[in-house]
Amino acid sequence: MEITPDIINNHGINPEEYKKIINLVGRKPNLLELGIFSAMWNEHCSYKSSKKYLKTLPVKNKKVIQGPGENAGVVDIDDNDALVFKIESHNHPSYIEPYQGAATGVGGILRDVFTMGARPIATLNSIHFGNHDHPKTKNLLNGVVAGIGGYGNCIGIPTVGGEVKFNSSYSENILVNAMAIGLVKKNKIFYSKARGINQPVIYVGSKTGRDGIHGASMASAEFDNDTESKKPTVQVGDPFTEKLLLEACLELMKDDSIISIQDMGAAGLTSSSVEMASKGDLGIEINLDKIPCREEKMTPYEIMLSESQERMLLILKSGKEENAKKIFNKWNLDFSVIGKTTNSKNLVLNFSGKEVANLPLSSLSTNAPIYDRKWKKSSVSKKIIPKKNYKSLNIIDCLKKILTTPNNSEKSWVWEQYDHTVMGDTVQKPGGDSAVVRVHGKKKGIAVTIDSSAHYCLANPLTGGKQVVCEAWRNLISVGANPLAITNCLNFGNPEKDKIMGQFVETIEGISQACSYLDFPVVSGNVSFYNETENKAISPTPTIGGVGLIKDLDFMMTKNLKEIGSNIFVVGKTSGHLNQSEFFREILKLDKGPPPEINLFNEKNNGLIIKRLISKKLLSSVHDVSSGGILVTLAEMCIPKKIGVKIKAPQSKLNLHEYMFGEDQSRYLLEVSDKNKDEVIKILKENSIHYEIIGKTQEDSLNIDKEFKIEISELNKLNSYWFKNYFK
Amino acid sequence: MKSSVIVFPGSNCDRDIAVALEKFQIKNEMVWHDETNLPKSDLVVLPGGFAYGDYLRTGCIASKSKIINDVVKHAKKGALVLGICNGFQILIESGLLPGVLLRNKNLRFLSKNVFLKVVNMENKFCLKYKKKNIIELPIAHNEGNYFANEDLLKNLEDKNLIAFKYCNEQGLVNKISNPNGSSNNIAGILNNEKNILGMMPHPERLIDPLLSGEDGSIMFESLFKSH
Repeated sequence: MEITPDIINNHGINPEEYKKIINLVGRKPNLLELGIFSAMWNEHCSYKSSKKYLKTLPVKNKKVIQGPGENAGVVDIDDNDALVFKIESHNHPSYIEPYQGAATGVGGILRDVFTMGARPIATLNSIHFGNHDHPKTKNLLNGVVAGIGGYGNCIGIPTVGGEVKFNSSYSENILVNAMAIGLVKKNKIFYSKARGINQPVIYVGSKTGRDGIHGASMASAEFDNDTESKKPTVQVGDPFTEKLLLEACLELMKDDSIISIQDMGAAGLTSSSVEMASKGDLGIEINLDKIPCREEKMTPYEIMLSESQERMLLILKSGKEENAKKIFNKWNLDFSVIGKTTNSKNLVLNFSGKEVANLPLSSLSTNAPIYDRKWKKSSVSKKIIPKKNYKSLNIIDCLKKILTTPNNSEKSWVWEQYDHTVMGDTVQKPGGDSAVVRVHGKKKGIAVTIDSSAHYCLANPLTGGKQVVCEAWRNLISVGANPLAITNCLNFGNPEKDKIMGQFVETIEGISQACSYLDFPVVSGNVSFYNETENKAISPTPTIGGVGLIKDLDFMMTKNLKEIGSNIFVVGKTSGHLNQSEFFREILKLDKGPPPEINLFNEKNNGLIIKRLISKKLLSSVHDVSSGGILVTLAEMCIPKKIGVKIKAPQSKLNLHEYMFGEDQSRYLLEVSDKNKDEVIKILKENSIHYEIIGKTQEDSLNIDKEFKIEISELNKLNSYWFKNYFK
Repeated sequence: MKSSVIVFPGSNCDRDIAVALEKFQIKNEMVWHDETNLPKSDLVVLPGGFAYGDYLRTGCIASKSKIINDVVKHAKKGALVLGICNGFQILIESGLLPGVLLRNKNLRFLSKNVFLKVVNMENKFCLKYKKKNIIELPIAHNEGNYFANEDLLKNLEDKNLIAFKYCNEQGLVNKISNPNGSSNNIAGILNNEKNILGMMPHPERLIDPLLSGEDGSIMFESLFKSH
């Protein structure tokens, strides 16, 4: 078959890149080989636009066992235990087919974790949709939530946390980011790097079908008005098979049969075989007749590019095949020896007795294109002063309105569709600052959070990048954890446009600064570009998954107020920053202006002091002040146990709205009993930490000064109204 | 006391129930679905999960597993059988308990803590609930809407074979407290001889004060005491 310019273009390869291919291979590729290049060189697999900047992220500290570059990152949590975790996007497929797109997103990230020998212990997700009144939103939200639940519930891993956000920039490009965390013994971690020649290459799991062909390429281009026609590129998930695959892999991993292992995710058999062999600086030879196929007469092209789910590629120690086969047969899974490692440093594919492809592995991996794309600094808007005199607005009315908006409503409609208590170790359920999962059989726990603040990033990507890392850090601190590391999912528009590339570059710079300062390294992640439809890009949306360790769960904190008569402290300085706040956006409909600044020095100091107060058991509850400011944060603390507060804004130059709704960063609200009050004050003063005592807890209602009052039961009703009503 | 937990392909609460049984000093063994004979056991547990991926119909394929023949024999001899969630669905498909479990009324998976009224406390699973008969346990299911025709419902009520009913915090059994549309708010039922219990809520998930409660512990205390 003649390779025409049209065919090359349809494979997402530009003329320059095609020239490079001919150069690297020394001849024109055949169609199968072109398909393989297309799968390996697309943005999703090659990180060709992002690599240059990803390299600048801090990825190490003394707790990091494995940073980026493996199936997932690994950090040490003492006692020979390690945590394996990663986040990944499944944005494009989820817009095309929400249930399967989201489900396979969960399936894929779980495989990344158990590939490394870890038993998954929790998943989280961050999902973004267009405005609630966009005609597609309801169906997409319903499908995505059902898909996440459908997969996680069936495989039996608790979905312990997440976030759901709405903004018009996601109307044609929703975001579905899924994160998984697993637990492994430090001396039983498995890697993907192949070692040794003539070792058997094994295919296990589901059979290969015609689903998901060119899925990774689809996710490396913008959408147009013909998005519907891309449905066949979406994979179909089977969580039942994944559960079998999980158990079979973990059973085989008990001994030392496996040399290396890699899941077949994006670009399927192609990327898994290429990555394993090239990491080991070896060659690999595969007989495609040996691949278990679901459908008849599949061509080598289809086999190599299928993204059928629930498949793994293993390299076993020669001689261990029979024992391994027994395990996979017990779990009713396919097991096929499909090839071997070689010393050729080439990928060689045979089919029906003929060699059908022969490519130098370096041309697919190390020699893949890397771009230094043009970028432009984002213009940061000046602080805006609203024309409307908002100071006359009734503060309780504003609070009520904010609590009933889709973005600020409580999300139990969503997380009650996820099994969050299976495995019997979920100590802190969805709805808190971080979820907390106990390390099975031990007294320690893992805190985990997932955060994004796209509107801050859109207004100022550098500040936004810093802020979102700090937000994750704060959420971990708030439950009493020692923050360890993060995984990031970077969702952006088309990187070929300098404005988008600029957002990316500056966001990374922000993330990098915050991670370095807080010693909070990035150990894994994923980039999703081309979240753009007909020239309309999403807001830059870095999603941060943070994990922390609680050494003794007796020291875990929650946000809900515990008792009547205790004191409410605000730690951190309030200067009343209302630009980009929920108050401006939801009440005044103003979305311009700069986001609140991040002072990393204060961030770290305030956080470490909170940690110290928790370690001395001086606090009754902690909640970090985030979107909505002090008043919304307080309401969230009051609602769970129906305990009220009586507060008085401190005397200052700020007006009440600025004080109550300002979104200044690095702040926490604390509940402190009378007994501990003096000791807390002493420690805060000794460390020159800014604080204010703004009131006391009381029964039933939230009161501000003398004139404002609302019952907690009413706050609860308002806060839980929106989702239930939307899906009535 | 000795127990066996049956593990089907797709079971996912097998570890959780084993942990609970062992915590209450019940000596447990895991039994693979492909076995034909149960080890000596006073109690057999069919755990929660998605046996065979819920394909065809929840619990249907699992009810045809080899081990089920021996579970039926075991039950006929009067030994204890407990089915939780998917295990309840399998008990129904095996014909060991009557009725049927439909999809939840709102057609959504539902995972939350619910209040239950322990209706029958004169059985080996629930004896200890006499000290506390309004309890809280988690549910996590898509097909927990118990349906029975009028005759069966009357039989269950008349013979006192309903073990648990969904209720509110005060113990009132009403429509608002019914999470899934179950007939008569039924959350769990017993057979005539009261040696088989099928229930949708998960007692094994609430056996630790760290996990927001211990109401599940009372069932395992009852089982241990009953022996």
